[in-house]
Amino acid sequence: MLESFADWLVFGLAGLPSEAHWGDAVHFFVYETMKIGLLLVLVTHLMGLINAYLPVQRVREWIASGRLRGSEHLVASGFGAVTPFCSCSSIPLFIGFLQGGIPLGVTLSFLITSPLVNEVALALFIGLFGWQVTLIYAASGILLGTVLGWALGKFRLGRFVEDWVWDIAEGRAEQAESTQKSLWERLPSVSREAMGIVTDIAPYVLAGLAIGAGIHGYVPTGFFEQYLSGGNPLAVPLSVVLAVPMYANASGILPVVQALVAKGVPLGTAIAFMMAVVGLSLPEAMMLKKAMQTRLLATFFGAVGVSIIGLGYLFNLVL
Amino acid sequence: MDIKVLGTGCSSCQTLERRVREAVEQTGSDASVEKIEDMQQIMQYNVMSMPALVVNDEVQVVGQTPSVNELADLLGA
Repeated sequence: MLESFADWLVFGLAGLPSEAHWGDAVHFFVYETMKIGLLLVLVTHLMGLINAYLPVQRVREWIASGRLRGSEHLVASGFGAVTPFCSCSSIPLFIGFLQGGIPLGVTLSFLITSPLVNEVALALFIGLFGWQVTLIYAASGILLGTVLGWALGKFRLGRFVEDWVWDIAEGRAEQAESTQKSLWERLPSVSREAMGIVTDIAPYVLAGLAIGAGIHGYVPTGFFEQYLSGGNPLAVPLSVVLAVPMYANASGILPVVQALVAKGVPLGTAIAFMMAVVGLSLPEAMMLKKAMQTRLLATFFGAVGVSIIGLGYLFNLVL
Repeated sequence: MDIKVLGTGCSSCQTLERRVREAVEQTGSDASVEKIEDMQQIMQYNVMSMPALVVNDEVQVVGQTPSVNELADLLGA
């Protein structure tokens, strides 16, 4: 329905020629902007509502209780997926988890998935790549956090966490739980936060869509296959390294990546790139540096980076 | 009244600080507003998400950015 509306708007109302490159590009931009705008509003509201009712304190106690019998990593990772991610919350949550008596490995599971699977990335993935790719992205992100946190937990990394963190963690004080309000009382504030997120990232998304539209209209199909096809073994690690400094514009990059995929960049390389953009961000590293010693931080980011590269190769093989 | 905004450089933290200052001005109170960015100090308050608002050493808001009017209500009470 949106597509035919965009058809009518661009080719009918504005009278742009559908066979021209720029007519195609404008149509892409208009259609994608409407679709992604709607999805962003929907998904941020949904996640906002989930979070308004998510009892952080109880989830923390539940994970710490030891009743999960080995699935703590999966639960922590899944919890990371539904919480909104802001790099400024990473340390408070990191410490909050350790404070609740949750082992470091389980805390790392949470820390890995939290930026990887977030509401904005999900909305953009649904809009640009469809449900199936979104599910693959989310599931592999959660799996990555689960497995890596478990593996890192096998090493005694606790000694590389700064002492002041343990000092506070031993205090084990209770956190004030937010007051219970009804859905109707909460909706306005949830909605305001959600729209705040959408307006914050809107310029980046629009810029990304404009660049993506240009690529769609002007770059010939299959153009990148000669440079970035599965045949080039360095494409995946190279795109992961390139992704690290791009965190600030994460939401603007995905539309460009989608356009590149349409012109022949393999999907696995693109997914690895996106995971690296959000999962290996410099702002987060700067924040975590205050709580982790360099060795732990390097191990943590190194392990995440290598795993993302591995996933990229795997997806290129099977997708 | 002693008001502290806990948060780092992220955009919602800055939004909260700006709104708190507006709300204080609106209510005409003589409260002091202070922004705390140091993680060790922030963690003394046991908050798990940012930004947070502390009034007279009591945590009032965690991980949210209420509107100026809501803040004015909160601070006026």
